[in-house]
Amino acid sequence: MADGSEEAVGRVLTPEEVLALVPQQEPFRFIDEIHELDHEHIVASYVFSEDADFYRGHFPGRPITPGVILVETMAQAGVVAFGIYLYALKFSPEEVEKMLTIFTDANVDFSGEVRPGDRVTTTGRVKFFRRKKLRAQVEMCLDDGTVVCSGELSGMGVSR
Amino acid sequence: MEQSEIMGNVVKILTPWVKNEDALQSVSMETSILDDLKVNSARLVDVVIAFEDEFDIEIEDEDVDSVNSVGDAVTLISSKLD
Repeated sequence: MADGSEEAVGRVLTPEEVLALVPQQEPFRFIDEIHELDHEHIVASYVFSEDADFYRGHFPGRPITPGVILVETMAQAGVVAFGIYLYALKFSPEEVEKMLTIFTDANVDFSGEVRPGDRVTTTGRVKFFRRKKLRAQVEMCLDDGTVVCSGELSGMGVSR
Repeated sequence: MEQSEIMGNVVKILTPWVKNEDALQSVSMETSILDDLKVNSARLVDVVIAFEDEFDIEIEDEDVDSVNSVGDAVTLISSKLD
């Protein structure tokens, strides 16, 4: 159930404002751009650096982006960034700045590989946003449209 | 709907998220959902949505603040069914 629109009493943030509020930073930031954003969905992208340290071990001679990193990438778009946007519709700017989204649960399927240098695009759609908990249906695609992982991710806003 | 029937359905809904199986074996109206059954607080929204679906009711987010025990949930659901 989406509930962002009818209760809108806060402020509509721009994609740039949302990106500035995403707390994850290098070397654990996996969101570059937000292409679409409204109270029902988000579309965001990230390019995996060929120099990312985890490729040295995952795997030597055959670098593949770890599944946990793909889940984190989808979460930074579909839960963290999207959550910031939805919180801002309901809460004051001060409360939004103090909010930290913690990962609560996930149910994900993997269906493809992401190589160094690949750009991935995550689409997140709200399933529900209640009591500061967001659950989003998420899907990650490569530029050629190949779906590499999809599922449901949830996070909850807590005060820092 | 009888309270015993509501309680049975509440326990059935809670069961997948219960971390303390022993508390589930002796569950009563006084059993705390978070402290005794050890349901993760982040799962409360999932629980409430399951209550809404099971009993075909709407529960305001503010109402959830008063739900601590299994009995609290049964009382809240009963009031929505009246």
